[in-house]
Amino acid sequence: MPRVGLMVTCLNDALFPDTGKAVVTLLRRLGVDVEFPAAQTCCGQPMVNTGYLADAVPLVRNHLEAFDGCDAIIVPSGSCAGSVRHQHGLVAERSGDPGLVRGVENAPPAYELTEYLVDVLGVTDVGAYFPHRVTYHPTCHSLRMLGVGDRPARLLRAVRGLTLLDLPGAAECCGFGGTFAVKNAETSIAMGNDKAHHVRTTGAEVLVAGDNSCLTHIGGLLSRQRSGVRVMHLAEILASTERVVERRDERSADPISIGSATPQNQEAHR
Amino acid sequence: MSGTFLGTPAFPDAAREALEDSQLRRNLAHATGTIRTKRAGVVGEVDEWEQLRLAGEAIKNRVLRHLPDYLEQLERSLTAAGATVHWARDATEANAIVVDIARRHATDEVVKVKSMATQEIELNDALEAAGIHAWETDLAELIVQLGDDLPSHILVPAIHRNRAEIREIFLREMGNAGRAAPDDLTDEPRQLAAAARAHLREKFLRAKVAVSGANFAVAETGTLTVVESEGNGRMCLTLPEVLVSVVGIEKVLPTFQDLDVMLQLLPRSSTGERMNPYTSTWTGVTPGDGPQEVHVVLLDNGRTDVLADPTGRQALRCIRCSACLNVCPVYERTGGHAYGSVYPGPIGAILTPQLRGVGSDPQTDSLPYASSLCGACFEVCPVRIDIPEVLVHLRGEVVEAHQEAARLPSVQDMAMKAASWTLSSAGRTGAAEKAAGLGGKLAAKLGRSAPGGRAVLGALPGPASAWSDSRDIPIPAEESFRSWWKRTDGGRSRTEETAGDRSRTDDTAGDRSRTDDTVGDSSRTDDTSGGRDEA
Repeated sequence: MPRVGLMVTCLNDALFPDTGKAVVTLLRRLGVDVEFPAAQTCCGQPMVNTGYLADAVPLVRNHLEAFDGCDAIIVPSGSCAGSVRHQHGLVAERSGDPGLVRGVENAPPAYELTEYLVDVLGVTDVGAYFPHRVTYHPTCHSLRMLGVGDRPARLLRAVRGLTLLDLPGAAECCGFGGTFAVKNAETSIAMGNDKAHHVRTTGAEVLVAGDNSCLTHIGGLLSRQRSGVRVMHLAEILASTERVVERRDERSADPISIGSATPQNQEAHR
Repeated sequence: MSGTFLGTPAFPDAAREALEDSQLRRNLAHATGTIRTKRAGVVGEVDEWEQLRLAGEAIKNRVLRHLPDYLEQLERSLTAAGATVHWARDATEANAIVVDIARRHATDEVVKVKSMATQEIELNDALEAAGIHAWETDLAELIVQLGDDLPSHILVPAIHRNRAEIREIFLREMGNAGRAAPDDLTDEPRQLAAAARAHLREKFLRAKVAVSGANFAVAETGTLTVVESEGNGRMCLTLPEVLVSVVGIEKVLPTFQDLDVMLQLLPRSSTGERMNPYTSTWTGVTPGDGPQEVHVVLLDNGRTDVLADPTGRQALRCIRCSACLNVCPVYERTGGHAYGSVYPGPIGAILTPQLRGVGSDPQTDSLPYASSLCGACFEVCPVRIDIPEVLVHLRGEVVEAHQEAARLPSVQDMAMKAASWTLSSAGRTGAAEKAAGLGGKLAAKLGRSAPGGRAVLGALPGPASAWSDSRDIPIPAEESFRSWWKRTDGGRSRTEETAGDRSRTDDTAGDRSRTDDTVGDSSRTDDTSGGRDEA
């Protein structure tokens, strides 16, 4: 049995734990007993992209130690997977430590979630149910740094009940860009507003993407605009099933299912 | 006389101003969108485009690896073909050479072919200072020059102007520089072009000296090439008696055959054309045909410093097609002036700091950060310059330069150190997350619910305003993924659902509003985990 480690990413760990839980649910449903190496923290991308490569060295070391012994790493983020695959080598080289360079070269392969599902597990229909109108934003790092191509779209199209709507100008950056979002806030917002506009023209209820970082930015604009559009990580849609509807009698005890076609009234359960 | 980029504020400030210019935003969105679509169409029809890019990259890399050899070979070939070769270390030397040649011919004017190298060295200002008018003859450069404006794009320097603005500039300024525009000039492109044609024609026929750059210089044969769309360049290259070409040292190509690759890559990437309309090539002096005195000024101006940087040197592969500008979502919104350099956009953000030197001023140092690192530029670059890689590399150089220059660490330095310390240990990370979760619990009371049920915060003052002016802020989860995994053994623990129920009933009343959501969420996931057991 190969050892598969979930790299939940620091952002999901602290801000979006539900995305991590959804990955666990999804992978177990597909027969993968994913582990969570507890020593993991952050890939170091924030330091690298701000120009602090030396400060990323301890994080790269920590990543290598945390996932030592794993056969594969699954990352629910195109950006963090890209950082592990393309930036760790750069950080190691700059550090001048040949041991670190070797460590990075021999590190377990890091797969973005959709790569693992489609390429390693060979599935596109993950048995999900999500009866909503959805549009998909291909995040820059998943699209251009990793080249995930149409894998996310194939997975979404196989979700029962889901209507996938084309997003105009889909491949254009949303303007998040890590520290770019605050260092060049006005430009970032100008880009994000155009993205949010495109999302709203689709008439989708939900904007889905494979990176919660970009979704925090676009979602922050969409909720400020009171657009009514919800943002969700791809893993959460792929994890949702029809079970709640099937077990109608248990609905009151277990009120929330993201896969439900009916809006949830949380007040009723307080 | 043209304006100067000197005094341009740092990118975020310059961009802020540009973003508020509705005319500029509209002109740029329209123009870049049009070129982008055109490029995508003509690139898409070439099956071997990737191989062409790889070939372009390989040719340029070979040039850079053996640059001194190819340059000396170019000098020999040019000299043998009757041209005079000059070497210029920097802008001052190059400008002095051109001024001197013009003076020797006792002329008070030169006609100019569109050239990035001469813009870079601000040749027009140097000539003007010597009492010599430099007439730009490229239509867009003419618009910029007449409008006492600055170029904002490599290929289309007047891209920030629309035709109504161009008509006004022509009506107002043409008469001061030569033949005036007709009084009944409309903003029809044909009429605007006709006015420029009439205005420029008298300069072509009169000028004794022409100044150009070159897109390529073939070492093997000593052949220079200019690639243009209007034919105005060819007028300058053929009519005057004297031709001076200022050529960056990275423009050299080993053999004539290498033009085969470059002349396929350039037009499709640049103007979105299958074939370039006017491709002029000349090899020194051809007796009885064209300029009888030919000078080539080989310009360094910081290029050997760029070459010395193993990561940064790929910027010297650039063939000035401007495809990266047209696809850049930042450039599309800020325009070129915000970059404070004749080289705007993504390529400018990596070339300008390297040519000027990182750490030289705050404006230059802001350029590597003027990108979301989306990678669209790398994707379209015909010579495969990994612009995001160089941007990140230069950010590292900027940080190092500042740390060396400053006695005390900056706020950003300390923040990064603290983040690095916290995030290099799971224990410290977990503790920080617990603190954030507690803070989140309090913050949630001030927040409101976004679609999906998540609590968010609205606009905040102080440093948080950069984010929260326009974007709601997500509140940290009360329980991190790490804590959830530990508490529930990754959701395997049989007590998970009861744990969820317990917290729903047992937690302190104050926690209620948030806890409900979190519990709902975790039991939801739990529920689907249960589905797995049944499967």
